[in-house]
Amino acid sequence: MNAPINIAGLLKKTKDVFNFHGGVRLPEHKAQSNQLPIGQLPLPDQLVLPLRQHIGIMPKVRVAVGDHVLKGQLIAEAEGSVSAAIHAPTSGTIAAIADAVLPHPSGLPDRCITITPDGNDTWIERHPQDWRKGDVNTLVNSLRLSGIVGLGGAAFPTQIKLRSTRSPIHTLVINAAECEPYITCDDMLMRERYDQVVHGIEVAQRLLAAKNIMIGIEDNKPEAIKAMQAAVENTGIQVKVVPTVYPSGDARRLVYLVLGKEVPQNKRSTEFGVQVFNVATVLALYRYFEFGEPAISRIVSMTGNVNQAQNFEVLFGTPLRHLVKAAGGAKADTSHYIMGGPMMGFNLPSEDVPITKSANCIIAASSTLFEPPPPSMPCIRCSRCADACPVSLQPQELYWFAKSDNFEKAQDYNLFDCIECGACSYVCPSDIPLVQYYRYAKSEVIALDKAQEAADLARERNEFRLARIEREKQERTAKHAARAQGAKVAKAAGNSGSKPAATDKQAAIAAAIARAKVQKETDSAAPKNTTEMSAATKAEIAETDSRRVAAGLTEEKSPAADGDKQAKIVAAIARAKAQKADVSKMSVSGDDKTTKPVVDADKQAKIDAAIKQAKVAKAEAGKEKTSGNNDGQLMVDAEKQAKIDAAIKRAKAAKFAALTAKNKEDN
Amino acid sequence: MLTALYIMLGLALLLGAVLGYAALKFKVEGDPLIARIDAILPQTQCGQCSYPGCKPYATAIANGEADINQCPPGGDEGVHALADLLGVEYKPLNEEHGETKPKAVAFIEEDVCIGCTLCIQACPVDAILGAAKHMHTIVASECTGCELCVAPCPVDCITMEPIEETPENWKWKYPIIPIKSEIKL
Repeated sequence: MNAPINIAGLLKKTKDVFNFHGGVRLPEHKAQSNQLPIGQLPLPDQLVLPLRQHIGIMPKVRVAVGDHVLKGQLIAEAEGSVSAAIHAPTSGTIAAIADAVLPHPSGLPDRCITITPDGNDTWIERHPQDWRKGDVNTLVNSLRLSGIVGLGGAAFPTQIKLRSTRSPIHTLVINAAECEPYITCDDMLMRERYDQVVHGIEVAQRLLAAKNIMIGIEDNKPEAIKAMQAAVENTGIQVKVVPTVYPSGDARRLVYLVLGKEVPQNKRSTEFGVQVFNVATVLALYRYFEFGEPAISRIVSMTGNVNQAQNFEVLFGTPLRHLVKAAGGAKADTSHYIMGGPMMGFNLPSEDVPITKSANCIIAASSTLFEPPPPSMPCIRCSRCADACPVSLQPQELYWFAKSDNFEKAQDYNLFDCIECGACSYVCPSDIPLVQYYRYAKSEVIALDKAQEAADLARERNEFRLARIEREKQERTAKHAARAQGAKVAKAAGNSGSKPAATDKQAAIAAAIARAKVQKETDSAAPKNTTEMSAATKAEIAETDSRRVAAGLTEEKSPAADGDKQAKIVAAIARAKAQKADVSKMSVSGDDKTTKPVVDADKQAKIDAAIKQAKVAKAEAGKEKTSGNNDGQLMVDAEKQAKIDAAIKRAKAAKFAALTAKNKEDN
Repeated sequence: MLTALYIMLGLALLLGAVLGYAALKFKVEGDPLIARIDAILPQTQCGQCSYPGCKPYATAIANGEADINQCPPGGDEGVHALADLLGVEYKPLNEEHGETKPKAVAFIEEDVCIGCTLCIQACPVDAILGAAKHMHTIVASECTGCELCVAPCPVDCITMEPIEETPENWKWKYPIIPIKSEIKL
């Protein structure tokens, strides 16, 4: 029973490459574009650089319209951890920072920086770094300014992949499989720039401290294999020739192909000490460290329905139209353009979209080249899709659940493990666009998750708000109770029979009045007739008082202050009343919750009457005071004093009556 | 015979003790049904259901006081989810409570705002920033689109702006296979 397993184990050890489950063999169409060397494009009239060229956060614009920039100058800075910088691909002027159509399946516009080249192509000062001896951390951190992202198509910021991880990297796999039909950019890169590729691998090896290095190349690129094999001689780098089975270029598939290790679905290959880089990405790394050149261009295959398919070194931001022209123009029956390969690529919304960091291939499509799919037929459960699936999913089940919007069940069947390679759709005898269903289901699930997150946040914030309102209410009640208690005590001391104030403000006013009263009664020795004294008299009193204070006879207290205070209180009450009336009139109650929004004319009249009454009473009291003053005496005799006191009390009583009347009305 | 009885009795006592312990140890606090209903509700806190928020509506549903079809922001899917959860028959959304609208966020025209703070008091999720006599603004990421701030504004400077589609929130569409007429005349 054990024998066959052992034999299998022995066989495995001697095997050079390990075939993964599923996959399809596709017509290659690669010979179209790999006949000519990599071409250079003339400078276009305009470069449009989308800020969103990579996975992650949009970078922050660092230039303004009208600025002159040099080739390689940083124009947008990486923001947050997963982000990449953008550099000016040539020297010129910033023409616009506005929305333009993106090379994105949505065809929606997004923020782009437009540069008008000046034609000089002047480089900014470059800072090469010694990658052979320099400090690894410094080198890796400096990559944040390089703008280098994975050039295989995913456009993941490279700096993050080079940062030290918890588990050290022992194996570095260079992805040069290039499994999709039509695409030949990596093939041509290896044929022409093999020496730089090897240096690039050495850079990555130094930064990751990897021991084993393998380059995985599909066996349909014999020239590239030959070139690389010659270049890696005596370096310890292995060139692994993998069979041409789509999708061997998927990182996990390639790791399995060259190492025989399957990376679990919920883990990254780095957790097992394996890191994967695209061959063009390591070359960009080398150029950044050796020459100080940031990511400003890439090699793009322009193929399909064009007159002369070829690979070009294209500056980022070059309009597609310009590239098509360089490839001899599109043939007359070209219907649209596809970015990426025919399996995983998407249709471009127009010929004006720019080439971005993730654009490895542009295919001009026509109805003869890509026949429109025949109408799909019902699923016959032949399970050919399951045989073809490189991730060993059950596409027929996923299709069923995605079609019926049963996303929960689709996730149970590991919808998110799907790499959207399209092998299932390719083999489907019923021509069902399976991948489209999975994409739809995935983006729905992502949107639902986001909505759920937002709902949770809203729930939390709502609960917090309710708790806060409750707390504030309790605090307010406690404060009111304390104040009312204080006012009551004060009133009891002041022998006042007024009702407890109903609202906060009124309570405060009442309390203030009561305080003033208590103070007055305790300070009965202080003169009460200080309001209408001449300046000279006031000064005299002040002088006397200061002498008294100096002698330690009394507390420091200006006699004028008493009168002032009273006047101030009266004024404050009047002001508060006026304000209240104003606020009521406006009928807009602001942040002050205590104000009553509307007071009708009747009430207003009553308030006015009360105020008038109070004023008359005050005037009478004032007259009496004045008469007392006219005698020229500072201190009035007891009888007069009693009279004045009575008058003041009357005035106060009138005022209180007015206040309480108002309280009643307000309530 | 007796041994068997003893065994059964012993087992019954043992299991009873285990169950009793588990009932105490793993006691669920609060009403899980309300929480589950609340989890389905969209947390817009708009009050269109005639309850002062999602949680009170969830409580009302759990107590059998409210119907499941009173939440317009939750839409048809929300009613379906509630029907599934509660094991009741699906009902189309009650139009009395309003209709489902595309998701929107409030927008304050800042030139017009007088800084009265009324909208701040109305916002159920504290998504409006501002102070008395100072301009207010919406924290768009926190706004649930409940529209509760629109009515109190004395100068009508708040509008509801539908959320626009961007490359970031764009979704792949459901595959539609166009029906082509093969018959050529």
